[in-house]
Amino acid sequence: MIERKNMFSLENEKELDIAWCPGCGNFGILNILKKALEEMEEITPNNFVLVSGIGQAAKIPHYFKNNAFNGLHGRTLPVAFAIKATNPDLYVVAESGDGDMYGEGGNHFIHNMRRNINITNIVHDNRVYGLTKGQASPTSQQGMVTPVQVNGVILNPFNPIAVAIANGATFVARAFVGDMQNTKEIIKKAIRHNGYALIDLFQPCVTFNKINTYAWFNEHTYKLREDYDPSDKMQALQIAFQEDKIPLGIIYEEKGKPTFEEQLTIYKQNKDPLFKRSIDLNKLESFINSMR
Amino acid sequence: MNKTIKEDVSIVLSGEAGQGIQTIEGLLTFILKREGYYVFATKEYMSRIRGGSNSTEIRVSSKPVKSYVDKIDILIPLTKSSVEHLGDRVTEDTLIIADNDFLKLENKNLFNVPILSIAKEIGNEIYANIVAVGVILGLFKTNIKTIEEYLKERFGDKGEKIVSDNLKAASEGYKLGKDFSESGEIKIEISANESLKDDLLISGTDAVALGALAGNCDSIFSYPMTPGSGVLVDLANFSKNFDILVEQAEDEIAAINMAIGGWYAGARSMVTTSDGGFALMEEGLSLAGMIESPIVIHLAQRPAPATGLPTRTAQEGLNLVIHAGHGEFPRLVFSPGSLEQAFYLTQKAFNIADKYQIPVFVLTDQFFVDSYYNVKKLDLSKIENKKYFVETTEDYKRYDLSKAKNGVSPRGIPNYGNGLVVVDSDEHDEEGHITEDLDIRIKMVEKRLKKFEALKEDFISPEFYGNDNYKYLVVCWGSNYNVVKEALENINNKDLAMLHFSQVYPIPENAVEFLEKAEKIIDVENNATGQFAKLIRAETGIKIDSKILKFNGMPFSVEELTAKIREELQ
Ligand SMILES: Cc1ncc(C[n+]2csc(CCOP(=O)(O)OP(=O)(O)O)c2C)c(N)n1
Ligand code: SF4
Repeated sequence: MIERKNMFSLENEKELDIAWCPGCGNFGILNILKKALEEMEEITPNNFVLVSGIGQAAKIPHYFKNNAFNGLHGRTLPVAFAIKATNPDLYVVAESGDGDMYGEGGNHFIHNMRRNINITNIVHDNRVYGLTKGQASPTSQQGMVTPVQVNGVILNPFNPIAVAIANGATFVARAFVGDMQNTKEIIKKAIRHNGYALIDLFQPCVTFNKINTYAWFNEHTYKLREDYDPSDKMQALQIAFQEDKIPLGIIYEEKGKPTFEEQLTIYKQNKDPLFKRSIDLNKLESFINSMR
Repeated sequence: MNKTIKEDVSIVLSGEAGQGIQTIEGLLTFILKREGYYVFATKEYMSRIRGGSNSTEIRVSSKPVKSYVDKIDILIPLTKSSVEHLGDRVTEDTLIIADNDFLKLENKNLFNVPILSIAKEIGNEIYANIVAVGVILGLFKTNIKTIEEYLKERFGDKGEKIVSDNLKAASEGYKLGKDFSESGEIKIEISANESLKDDLLISGTDAVALGALAGNCDSIFSYPMTPGSGVLVDLANFSKNFDILVEQAEDEIAAINMAIGGWYAGARSMVTTSDGGFALMEEGLSLAGMIESPIVIHLAQRPAPATGLPTRTAQEGLNLVIHAGHGEFPRLVFSPGSLEQAFYLTQKAFNIADKYQIPVFVLTDQFFVDSYYNVKKLDLSKIENKKYFVETTEDYKRYDLSKAKNGVSPRGIPNYGNGLVVVDSDEHDEEGHITEDLDIRIKMVEKRLKKFEALKEDFISPEFYGNDNYKYLVVCWGSNYNVVKEALENINNKDLAMLHFSQVYPIPENAVEFLEKAEKIIDVENNATGQFAKLIRAETGIKIDSKILKFNGMPFSVEELTAKIREELQ
């Protein structure tokens, strides 16, 4: 265990020029995720890939020691999907902001759930666009005034939890970075869940979101009771619509549903990732000849 | 009326979508090929699933035929509007075989054949197309056994009744065709050659898809768009025999990001699309440029802007693929002219993409992907696939400048070796981490652009055809290879030659010699602005004044191009 400690930390971590504002919720997520990974025996920096898009949250892979793919704004999920689908031996976590996942990447968000690929999707939900300086995000509260929404947000907020449950996601959770212990356990369970797992993770943006502050989240969230049964889909949906007090925890979990990769014929006989395989040219030759 | 057709016949079948024109195309070409003929087929169709007017042209010859002709020797219309649809192509010389009890056409070259009545008698109008196939095979006096065998192969799994009904339809038609032939009313004299029996008969789509397989493509991520989707469908079918991951993405943006994700994990991924779909992939292309990811993109062009003419042909995507993506980074564009080239170049595309860590395009078009002809052999004996990723060590850096050769740093993949693989769409340092250091920026830009030099090692020279002492040089690219060649054969002028580019970008350097030697260069392209001529000017400084451009959505016909080139020689 001693050895494992800090294995996801960069050697020069202390001197790292981290691009987040002091007090930003992203720091907490970084620490929690590192702790969660350190506690998971099965994961090493080598067999783990962190995929992100663009935004403040999306910079997270740069403060980690592991494989990382920091791609385009909104395109985190297609990349994460393909990495897992072509090499199922890897643990893949797709992590980015709410603008990235629910806004620019909305189409991918919807359809990757349907795939039930075995990845974990952590969304840093600060209810605002950080990197582009405070415009509304899909989860921004109605009425929130921003540099663009000068008279307040009109649009109805996106409900990732309800959408995910309705859309067949097999693990749907909500967490708050201020609740470190609970969040770490949710992350571990999500990664160990066999199938697509969504964690909508509240993260205060101290610079641009003056409404959803640490205090606000503390006041407006509560932990799901120990005896809450996440397998009850209807109950989970009901909970997903609670707004005055937002539940934290695993809201919905469906076990045993086959994952995308488990259903692929290419892995039925042969478990090798694709990079280890090569076309049999003799077989191809006889195949071509059979077309004559 | 007595008419003899010698050496080369062009048969056109036309009808509504849904009348089985494609089935006829498949049956006839395959059976005639098995009988020892050279065949060529291409279809033109409207963007609809039912109704409209579509046609397929089938050329049958004693010599190799690989291009489209305007002339129609024999027309089999299955609807009244078919003849009108084909317009000027139906001439005094065109023989029409039709069920005139139904179609009520007025034409002096008409042979009334009860195609529909026979089909109805057998039990269903849908057999009309098979009756028509029978008539044509009868004209060729094909061995009836070949027909039987093929119908069994093709419809065997649909049950005995279907096979026997089809057989009945074909043989009823066959008798009628044979009668025409024996009475001397329509005589086809084309010599068959036993040895062609075993030729392959594949389409442009098949050639690209088989080339991908041969290039060790193990995954395809795509969103359907005509005419690029055929490659997705082919690879899906091949996945019954070979390990290929086939995923229909939610959109093109997802598709290209998936393919890049696949390469990151060590797979060999491709996308197939058309111009409009590729337009959505632009940012992904730029991502490949920045993170130095290999990727293979098949793009089958069709007329644009926007949705254009969805089922027609064009070469309008050249500017798009060359300029797509923000920023400056290397890429390579192949545009095969023959089915063989499509096979070998697609295979090569995977290795070049991998070797140089760049995007490689295979640029085709609707006419190309939808055309079939005899191919002797796809030679796999010389094919070499090399996977270029390396096993990483603990100190591995994805963009190691000290280890870069001509801008290419060793590419690691996750979980293969002890190193970590970090890639970033932002400007990054050697380890792959985001940086705003402006000195590193310069080094990284230079590193990426250096590959343009390195790439030269694998350039595909343009193909020269004709007499060495030419005065006139016809320049073409992509699918115009065969039609230009056939036009040149027709013109048979020793001052005239062809230079065909199957690598259109970067322009291979040795092209300059050929271009400079010509007194006059004639550019042939399927677009309205001469995109390739402009590219040559931009890259080599050589100006091309004469252009033969066609952009109505149809391919050049041999007759048309022959006449237009002749005009240029005046
Ligand atoms: C295609 C594209 N559009 C827009 C941008 C600009 N952009 C960068 S980050 C961002 C929003 C980020 O918001 P979010 O995902 O919520 O992350 P946060 O910064 O709040 O962590 C936008 C719009 C971009 N990089 N690419
Ligand atoms: S802008 Fe907001 S999200 Fe971004 S670093 Fe600052 S506090 Fe964090």
